[in-house]
Parts: sequence; structure tokens; C-alpha cells
Amino acid sequence: MFNFVVRRVIYTLILLILVSISVFYIFDWIPVDAARLICSKQCTPALVEANRIRLGLDVPVLEQWWRFMQGLFLGRDYGQGAAAFHCPAPAFGYTFTRHQCVTELIAKTFPVTLSLALGAFFLWMVVGVSLGILAAKNRGKFLDKASTVFVLVGTSLPTFLTGVLIIIFVVLKFNLIDPLQIGNWANPFTDPVGWLKAFFFPSLTLAIAYAATYTRFTRSNVLETASEDYIRTARAKGLSEKVILRKHVLRAALAPLVTMAGLDFSGLLGGAIITEKIFGLDGLGSLSVKAVFQTYDLPIIVATTIIASAFVVFMNLIVDIAYAYIDPRVRIK
Amino acid sequence: MSKFLEVENLNVSFPTEDGLVQATNEVSYSVGLGETLAIVGESGSGKSVSNLAVMGLHNAGSTNISGHAWLDLPSGRVDLISAKPEELRALRGKEMAMIFQDPMSALHPFFTVGKQIAEAWHLHNTGSKRAGLARAVEMLDLVGIPDASKRVNDFPHQFSGGMRQRVMIAMSLINNPSLLIADEPTTALDVTVQSQILQLIKDLQKEFNMAVIMITHDLGVVAEVADRVCVMYAGKIVETGGIDDIFYQSVHPYTRGLLASLPRLEQSSLGHRLLAIPGTPPSLINLPNGCSFAPRCAFAEHVGSGLCTSTTPKLELKREDQWARCHLGASDVSRISQLQIGATING
Repeated sequence: MFNFVVRRVIYTLILLILVSISVFYIFDWIPVDAARLICSKQCTPALVEANRIRLGLDVPVLEQWWRFMQGLFLGRDYGQGAAAFHCPAPAFGYTFTRHQCVTELIAKTFPVTLSLALGAFFLWMVVGVSLGILAAKNRGKFLDKASTVFVLVGTSLPTFLTGVLIIIFVVLKFNLIDPLQIGNWANPFTDPVGWLKAFFFPSLTLAIAYAATYTRFTRSNVLETASEDYIRTARAKGLSEKVILRKHVLRAALAPLVTMAGLDFSGLLGGAIITEKIFGLDGLGSLSVKAVFQTYDLPIIVATTIIASAFVVFMNLIVDIAYAYIDPRVRIK
Repeated sequence: MSKFLEVENLNVSFPTEDGLVQATNEVSYSVGLGETLAIVGESGSGKSVSNLAVMGLHNAGSTNISGHAWLDLPSGRVDLISAKPEELRALRGKEMAMIFQDPMSALHPFFTVGKQIAEAWHLHNTGSKRAGLARAVEMLDLVGIPDASKRVNDFPHQFSGGMRQRVMIAMSLINNPSLLIADEPTTALDVTVQSQILQLIKDLQKEFNMAVIMITHDLGVVAEVADRVCVMYAGKIVETGGIDDIFYQSVHPYTRGLLASLPRLEQSSLGHRLLAIPGTPPSLINLPNGCSFAPRCAFAEHVGSGLCTSTTPKLELKREDQWARCHLGASDVSRISQLQIGATING
């Protein structure tokens, strides 16, 4: 098991390096000139060149990547002369349009994204898994049919529609919550109620679609596992149905959920653009979208892209290790 | 003397969209302690279904069951069919145990074999985890798994098929049950491993004085282990008797057909074709009138006035302790079959 973990960690580090290099190449290859785009109206070729140097785009791509990595671990100086600025490690870059270290922006927006993702994850796991188990236990009965309706509705409703519906009904029609409190950052440790008010409905919006998928997945997995031969063996031993479901069925049926949940969650950590936009949340998703459409702020775009992909890569590592712990067949000697 | 298990007029049926599937029809058999009953039949003959019903392992929601299955316990006779699910659960794994066809899928892939075996012990005994595991090691040792104290911590995928079936046997016998139902325990195994497993079951049967029901479609297995044989066809018992009666003086044409379809060493050199029973088993939703086997039976035409296709035969005593569900008598069968063999050779 130890060797397995070590090998996985090494693979992950290699993968992270490859992914981050690819990100730099992709932004080099796309036919958009960041130095030209952030240039003001009275732009001269000289100004464009100056921008290129400020953005660090004047050096080869691999060197750009190397400087970025150095910045991550050692901090980095940006600009020259009077405009020079130092970002301490971990430096994700410096935005010349906002005159801020990108790390600061990320530190401000990430807690919002994390709150949204955690809230949604919690909601959809609880609702999806328990509804899936209940539907499987009551196969063909009312509860099962009701869950099928929920699955159909949930998977077919896009977040921009559920989000808007929630705003219309919860906020405008029934005044259940002060619209100013939604998305208004509150520290969950000092002000848990404010945090809940800020993130409950956005998380719910995001959770509905996922909960539907997880309900369907859990239901079919539980039913499939329940018809396995080893469940009949458990019954032949004289185990009670309760223990069989809790210990034998769920263990095997929910194992594949670990993979799915891990990857879905890590995907959200990169930012849930639509939900953040609908509820006006200042998360990583909004940050990236603004950086792309308003100013083409390349340092921010590169940083959020690398962060989002790093979350996916890290979560893969965690899922792999967790899965090996759950399913002994995965452990390789 | 009453037998340890007596199954009486067991009917199992499944309602489906196409109609009622009559999986077993008035099935009766019994087995005593220390005795092995083999139930033989092809797929869908009802041999597994009837025993799953006895164990209470059928799907209660979609199965209709009637009849009795008496278990002769020291505390008194219990009818397994009418017993409450909780009563039945207490007997499962303690008084009666079952092992299955495919040892590859019958063990939970996520738990060590030790845990799975000990779980069966803990269910019916009180004791520490350590005691349970020690019992598991003891059982693994008994069923011939080398280095049992180490292997107890291994997972099922680390065992071969034969070893897994040994693990299953260890698990099923850990509470010294008086009845072991083995549902095609060797079908998924290599031939060499097959005979080892059969020998193991025989040895353990002797040691624990168990009643064993061996469900199989393999007459080789029957010959190796059985004391008595039930031959099933289309949900009914068509012939039952002692092992020698069934193998050497079978009455029912179906049993004869099964035996004739076995390859024999002494025949192969003579250029004999292997005899097959023509046709396929009938649908269990609408069985033919009269004898279910009549459409495939080479003897039916020899029975007068279409009796076979109009009247359902009863299970009748044909010879001492040998019963068959056929309109023919024992002497008719041997006379006709000699005629037929003569015809085949001459033709």
C-alpha cells in the first residue's frame, strides 16, 4: 500500500508539471495577443512591446513556465523601476490592469468558490445517496417512482433555470431571504448563519442537477449489488436484511461513487461560472470570466486555469488512494 | 425413522407478464443425517429453485410457494416454508447451510476471507473477534487451505477457484450445520479440482454426520457422492431411487436418456454415436398435456391410446424403493429399450 501511494504521488507530480506546461503552450498558441489587448487606445508598437516585456511574454514558453514555477515557490518581482512590485510566494502572477498580485485575488475569491462547492457537495451527496438507497429499497413502489420523477426533472433543468427560479420564488415572491445577503461573504467560523444565508441557495441550485445524477447512480448500483451472488451468500449465513444492506451491499455499491464524487467536486473547485454569475458571487469562476471578457488579463487566466486543473489532478490522486483503501482488488503488490 | 429434511409437495411459481411460471410442481424428497441426496436435472428443471425455497433464499416478493419442508430439529419439527422470516434466518447458517455454483462471485470482494468466515460464526455464537478469527483459521485448516493462519487475512481475489470453494465450505460449515445444500459446487471448477472438492464434502459429511443435498446436472458427480438420486424434469421429480437403481435399472425414459447421453470409454472404440435426447424442455408457463416429457419421449408411441399425451402420470412405485413418473412399468421399459437398441444397431 505504501509503495502504491508513493508511486501515485510521483505520477501526480509529473502530471502536474505536464499540465502546467501545456497551459502555457495553449495560451502561447491561441491567436490572441495579450500585450496588444491590454494596450490603451493610443497604442503604439513600442507600448505593445513594453507590455509584452511586463507580462513576461518576451521569453520562450518554457522559460515563462519556469519563471512561473519559481514564483510559486520563491515569490517573484514584476515590472521595472518605479512600477516594480514584489509578490511573495506563492506568486501566481501580477495583474497590471488591476495592479495586484494574482495570489491576493485568488485568496479573496477561492473561499467563495470553496463554500459554494462544499455546500453543493454536501447537499447533493446527502440527498442523492439517501434518495438512491431509498428508491432501491422500495423498488417499483411510490418512493421509487417519485425519485424517478426527481431524477428526470433534476437532470433536465439547467442551473441557469433553477437558479433563476429560486431567485424568483425564494427571494422575490416569498421574501424568504434578503437578496443582499445572498452571496455576501461571511466567515463560516465566526458567522455561520450569515454564511448559510450567503451560500445555501446558490449551493442548492448547483446541487439539484448533481443530486439527480447521484440518485440514479446510487439506485442502480444498489440494485445491481443486491443481486450479486455474494449478497445471496450473506443471506445464506443468516445475516439480517439490515446488516446485509448496511455492510455488504452499500460497501460495494457506493465504492464507485467515491470516484465520481471526487472528480465532480474537484471540477467545481475551479469555479462554477453560471451559478456564481446568477447569484453575483465573487468566486474563481467569476474571476476567470471577468479576466477573459473584460480585460483579457492573461496572468489571472493562466493562474485560474492552472489552479482548476491542479484541483482535478490532486483529486484524482486522493480518489485513487481512497479507492485502493476501499477496494482491496485495486491494491497492487 | 423420520428423515432430517422432508420436503413435501413443494410448489414454487413465479408470476410473470407472460403467465405463471410453475418452477416446481408437487416436489417431495427427503434426506437423512449422514446421507447424500443428489438432485439431477437440466437448467430450469427446478432443482435449484426448490432448494432456494427450502433455505428461504428465494425472492419473497415475486415467488409463490406452497407445501412443506420439515426440518427435524432436536427442539421439534419445523416447517421451513411456513416459518417466519426471522425464524428461518436463525436456522440459516446454523442448522442448514448452502454453497453455490460460482465461488468466484459468491465471496464479497471487499472483505478478507477471515472476516467473512468469522461473520458466520459471530451470527450464531457469542465470542470475541479474536475467537471468531481463530475459529475461521481452524475451519480453513480443516478444509485444506495451507498456511491458514496467514491466508485468513487474504482477500478472495488472492485465492484460486478451488480454494475459494474451500473457503465457502469453511464458511458454511463453521456452525456445524446438520444440512448442507451444495448447488452445483463443482460446475465452475477444473475437473481435477472438482473431485478434490467432492472428496472434501464427503469427508466433512462423515466427520459431522451431515445430511447433504447435491444439486447437479453432472451424472459423474452423482455417481461419486450420492446415496439416493432424484431426477427432475420440467419442475417435477420424474424418478427417484437409490444410486444403483438409477444408474443400472432406471425406469423413466428421461433418466435413461440422460444416462445414454454420457460418453463411455468402452463404447467410443466401437464407433458409437453419443445419443442425445431430441427436442428441448417445455416452457414452464404452459406445460404440454399429459406427461411433460412425452413430446421428447421415444417410448411414448409404445404406450397405448395416446395415454402419455392425455394423462399426467403419477410418481409410482416401480421397483422396491424406486419411484418413477411414467405410464410404463419397469419391465416394459427394459423390453422396449432393448428393441430400440437392436433397431439402432441393425439400422
